[in-house]
Amino acid sequence: MADQTLPIPAPLIGEAHAASGTWLEWLHSWVVTVDHKKLGILYIVYSLFFLLVAGAEAMAIRIQLAFPHSHFVSPEAYDELFTMHGTTMIFLVGMPILFGFANYLVPLMIGARDMAFPRLNAFSFWLTAFGGLLLYFSIVGGFGLYGMGNAPDIGWFAYAPLTARAFTPGHNTDYWALALIVSGFGTLGTAINIIATTLCMRCRGMTLMRMPLFVWLLLVVSVMTLVTITPLTAAQVMLLIDRYLGGHFFDAQAGGSPMVWIHFFWIFGHPEVYVLVLPAFAIANEIIPVFARKAIFGYPAMVAASVGIGFVSMTVWAHHMFTVGMTSMGNTFFVLSTMVVGIPTGIKIFNWLATLWGGRIRFATPMLFATGFLFQFLIAGLTGIMLSVAPWDWQLHNSYFVIAHFHYVLVGAIVFCIFAAIYYWYPKATGRMLSETLGKWHFWLFLIGFHITFDTMHFVGMLGMPRSIYTYEPDRGWNTLNLIISLGGFVQGVAVLIFAWNLIYSYVRGKEAGNDPWDAWTLEWATPSPPPAYNFAIDPVVRSRRPLWDLKHPQDPDWKYER
Amino acid sequence: MSTIPLFTDESWSLPSRGRVGMLSLIVGECGIFTIFVVAYIYYIGRSAYGPTPRILELPIFNTVCLLSSSLTIWLAERAIEHGAMRRFAALWALTIALGAIFLGGTAMEWHTLIFRDHLTVRTNLFGTTFYSLVGLHATHVIVGLIGLSIVMIFTLLGRVNRSHAERVQVLALYWHFVDAVWVVVFTVVYIVGR
Repeated sequence: MADQTLPIPAPLIGEAHAASGTWLEWLHSWVVTVDHKKLGILYIVYSLFFLLVAGAEAMAIRIQLAFPHSHFVSPEAYDELFTMHGTTMIFLVGMPILFGFANYLVPLMIGARDMAFPRLNAFSFWLTAFGGLLLYFSIVGGFGLYGMGNAPDIGWFAYAPLTARAFTPGHNTDYWALALIVSGFGTLGTAINIIATTLCMRCRGMTLMRMPLFVWLLLVVSVMTLVTITPLTAAQVMLLIDRYLGGHFFDAQAGGSPMVWIHFFWIFGHPEVYVLVLPAFAIANEIIPVFARKAIFGYPAMVAASVGIGFVSMTVWAHHMFTVGMTSMGNTFFVLSTMVVGIPTGIKIFNWLATLWGGRIRFATPMLFATGFLFQFLIAGLTGIMLSVAPWDWQLHNSYFVIAHFHYVLVGAIVFCIFAAIYYWYPKATGRMLSETLGKWHFWLFLIGFHITFDTMHFVGMLGMPRSIYTYEPDRGWNTLNLIISLGGFVQGVAVLIFAWNLIYSYVRGKEAGNDPWDAWTLEWATPSPPPAYNFAIDPVVRSRRPLWDLKHPQDPDWKYER
Repeated sequence: MSTIPLFTDESWSLPSRGRVGMLSLIVGECGIFTIFVVAYIYYIGRSAYGPTPRILELPIFNTVCLLSSSLTIWLAERAIEHGAMRRFAALWALTIALGAIFLGGTAMEWHTLIFRDHLTVRTNLFGTTFYSLVGLHATHVIVGLIGLSIVMIFTLLGRVNRSHAERVQVLALYWHFVDAVWVVVFTVVYIVGR
């Protein structure tokens, strides 16, 4: 029954695969495209490229830290490396790749033919792409403290007053600010587009409470993005006013306050974590039920928990600031609000476990990654609760324990889900399955490498190693642990190279996927792989949360039970 | 081939994507304005030296002009809904004129501040926060006026008709937002901060 699809008029079927002329015409079709699927792929390819770049930067950092008193890179270059690694991973990898998935999947999942504003969509992508180029152009064009060719070296949170003209002359900080403003507008455009698409483009019968959870979570993320990215844009504008017009926003000598920057940055910075992690949840919400062969457990609770996380995450930013000296009232408030996040998140984890419970679980590569995500996200959440306790944070702030915690979230949860999503939806986008053998090598090497690196980082943090240091003395007892961390990093590097090879190899040699290789239930699997430009020849009509289940099991459809 | 059964028992209507898109943009813009307003409030009275907000004069005439432009654009929206294109064109032009008067008023205020009181962005913290907040709002007025003028040009060319009512209303939504923000900016800068 798996090959049943929505009816497609025969003359239209071959059209999408028609030969597309010369190489130049092919390139032109990608540059001028307003098709949400092509833009989604552009976003994803763009971020995978930067994933490799920022991964290479992480490797350089780990080579430098593998041994004490190492001189693999200069101290100046080291500052640039960790700044660029952080900025790239958040703004050029995390956000675009998740919005890439949203672009590709949201219209398909809600039975629409495109996004609400296709041209705004293309404009947003090219803004984001230009932002990335602007940031990396600083490596050759940025004039900084050390002359030409100076990438930003202010840390990804760019605390004032380090960013003042007096301490960071030249233009490299401006490249950082401008790149983030430009890509920020791109992100804002995409968020607006996703909201309008979700609310205004649904096919008949796709009520809000029948939308796939992926779409629900991306809606929440997009609303959060509206009020998260804009404070950063505003703060960057203030920074540029200070740097170019001689303003005093963050200038303590004129009465300004660097604290204001720290607040504004984290008003963006903490919800940003949820902007990144909710799409990861969204991916898990789609993959776990399909591979457990059960409908998601507690759909309304999942929706409520996501909206709840969205709200609570706006009130927790200052838990990044326990060491800057707030009042004890302030500290208490942010301790409690941070702990409250654990409630909706806990609801989600239990719902995923309940979905798995009693299911006939198939451990294909997407499910392996999703399982890894579940386990690692739990640990990441627990260390998060530990760090939310202000006295504990006073002890461990800016140590490698914090680095370990947020890499557990960003790599252990988000990157694992991104890999799961690529293994799951690659067949839809390309028509070919990714190699399961290479996929399993990728999963196990990445899992082992991940745990070697980031489990160990917790210990070196508790032994007192601070973040952002260029090197360390050999007598601190950190030598062996740092070597282990670096070795784990290389295992992950090898795994990512296997993954990159898998992407290329399977594109040419992969097994034909067919429309619905995973026997899934959401509307994107009712289209051919890859879907034609118009997605659905006939607008679909849905009556339940799992339209393809209804199609495949007309004798026992979901809509008999959902009310 | 079995298909998903068609059914027509539920009526199906969705919100307008233009309105949803514009409202989302407005929510985002609120984020930007909130940060600038919070910075302004936090820095009231913290300038270490130089002129203070006492030198400001209440821009009453300006405010009346901008706020009444919200009324004229609303009347214009109703006119285009009923297809009264001449009335629409007149009210639309009046809206643009009121917005332009506001901008001119701001320009004169700034001219006085710069040349009489010697207050610029770099003079002191008050100058920085004042010019950036009022300037941010003025920038939005300029963007709004550009949008309104484009509609005006097409109206004069006879290319706008009743079928464009919704698009015009979406643009008008932005103009209402720009006016509403002025109420906040006016309260914070000229009443609370002075």
